[in-house]
Amino acid sequence: MEMRAVYAQCLAEMMEQDKHVCVLDADLSKASGTRNLYERFPRQMFDCGVAEQNMASIAAGLSSYGFKPWIESFTPFATRRICDQIAISISYAKSNVKIVGTDPGISAELNGGTHMSLEDIGVVRSIPGIVIFEPVDEVQLRAAMPVLGAYQGPVYMRLFRKVQPVVFPEDYQFDLFKADTLREGKDLSIFVSGMFTKDCLDLAETMKAEGVDAEVINVHTIKPIDRETVIASARKTGAVLTVENHNVIGGLHSAVVEALAREKVPVVAFGVQDRFGEVGKTPYLRKAMGLTQEDLLAKAREALSLK
Amino acid sequence: MNCDLKEICKDIRCDIMTTIGHLGVGHIGGCLSVVEVLAVLYFQEMNIDPKQPKMPGRDRLICSKGHAGPAVYATLANRGYFDKAELLTLNQGGTHLPSHCDMNLTTGIDMTTGSLGQGFSCAVGVALGSKLEQDGATIYTIIGDGESQEGQIWEAAMFAAAKGLDNLIAFTDYNKLQIDGPVAQVNDVAPLAEKWAAFGWNVIDVEDGNDVELVSEAVKHAKLGLGGGKPTMVILNTKKGCGVKWIEDLGAGNHNCNISEEQAKAAIAEIRGEA
Repeated sequence: MEMRAVYAQCLAEMMEQDKHVCVLDADLSKASGTRNLYERFPRQMFDCGVAEQNMASIAAGLSSYGFKPWIESFTPFATRRICDQIAISISYAKSNVKIVGTDPGISAELNGGTHMSLEDIGVVRSIPGIVIFEPVDEVQLRAAMPVLGAYQGPVYMRLFRKVQPVVFPEDYQFDLFKADTLREGKDLSIFVSGMFTKDCLDLAETMKAEGVDAEVINVHTIKPIDRETVIASARKTGAVLTVENHNVIGGLHSAVVEALAREKVPVVAFGVQDRFGEVGKTPYLRKAMGLTQEDLLAKAREALSLK
Repeated sequence: MNCDLKEICKDIRCDIMTTIGHLGVGHIGGCLSVVEVLAVLYFQEMNIDPKQPKMPGRDRLICSKGHAGPAVYATLANRGYFDKAELLTLNQGGTHLPSHCDMNLTTGIDMTTGSLGQGFSCAVGVALGSKLEQDGATIYTIIGDGESQEGQIWEAAMFAAAKGLDNLIAFTDYNKLQIDGPVAQVNDVAPLAEKWAAFGWNVIDVEDGNDVELVSEAVKHAKLGLGGGKPTMVILNTKKGCGVKWIEDLGAGNHNCNISEEQAKAAIAEIRGEA
């Protein structure tokens, strides 16, 4: 199933159960997969039109009235465009608003550089008080949605819209503040969020043939990062690779490095090397930005070489 | 409430002077210009109970020009939300009364404001919330004229009219001055009445927004529009620094200016008509 379809389904379940759950759009409800909820929940769905700043602050106003608003747009417009509204109306005011940014990083594909947000985690991570969550697949998303809904306070969710390979089992137990160890290993720690998770599991298999036992940990919550799990794994393996669909500045790599600042462990970054995005399909973009499976293997070897 | 609004305005003005005078610096001009509307709302029109500041269904005021916080605090203290002695803690470390309104710090404050334009959108969200809850509350909000240069104000204006938020009464503190000079010179917002009407709002233009009787009439007039399908904008033509001659004479310089306790005392005497 498409991630947005799962997301919309979960929202519908929440709105059905609680009339205070509501969703605000800025003219991208079709992209977010929530368009067809307007008919079903006319008193809980609001389209603000192309006015993201207003959407964010209206959500804060609704929150002050006891509502539980979700606001959604593409990642650049859900974060950098409304940075001050997120900081003041939402987080500083302790508003219970969930922010959903779709098409993160290179998944913006044909919308190109203007819509390709590679800095959204960095923008939001530097604002106090907001949880940052990036789901890997539909199983994790489905498990997370009610938890996010029940969490009192702002959350930024970075949502890949389309179908993603499933890596979590159906009986997956989700803990918002606990990273998930997908594969245990002793030679290399791979910390990954979002769309490259399956690639990291494949990488671990490839390296197994080379005699390397890699640990793969999905850091679905980038803030607050699960320091305990990150530090324990890094101490165990002695080498770290971070993998993200984001600039290597400000995102998962930065969060992991901050967590490991007092550890004597090399940390290598696989991600976008501080450049803007561009238009193209995913295979082209991965190649153009040094994000192919071969690049991933090279980075893993680099991390191992630094031990 | 049965009360003398003119006297209340004097009390609020004096408390603003005491508060900011004690500190030595503050947003005096834009606090003094909104006193009349605050007095009318809190002492005459709003359905509120200082003993139950979180009373469900209460009317709410969102002061989007958050730098007028000290004026709102003086009003709340006069209305009995908290002890007047607390006013002297304004902007001191650890205070419940920060320079700009904070809903998580101050009893009686219903929205955090200060980053201009945002409070107005929040007020629109609050008005939408009240509509959905069908609790019959009236939502009031005050914006500045300089603040009206923010694009977000007009995003929210469009939305409020489009959604028929007829439980929302807004005020523009049109004192014609902003930090860098006269609004008309910096980036003119005129003609305001026409702009709001064009955005689908009822508009009431008050010739003197510092004449408490005119403001009182205007709010009563605005309330006639409640439930009529449109939000209402009341444009208050005010004087920045109103009530104290030397502060008025500072012009744009009174937005955030220094004041000694002696000057504050003299200002209070002037406000009381004892100078």
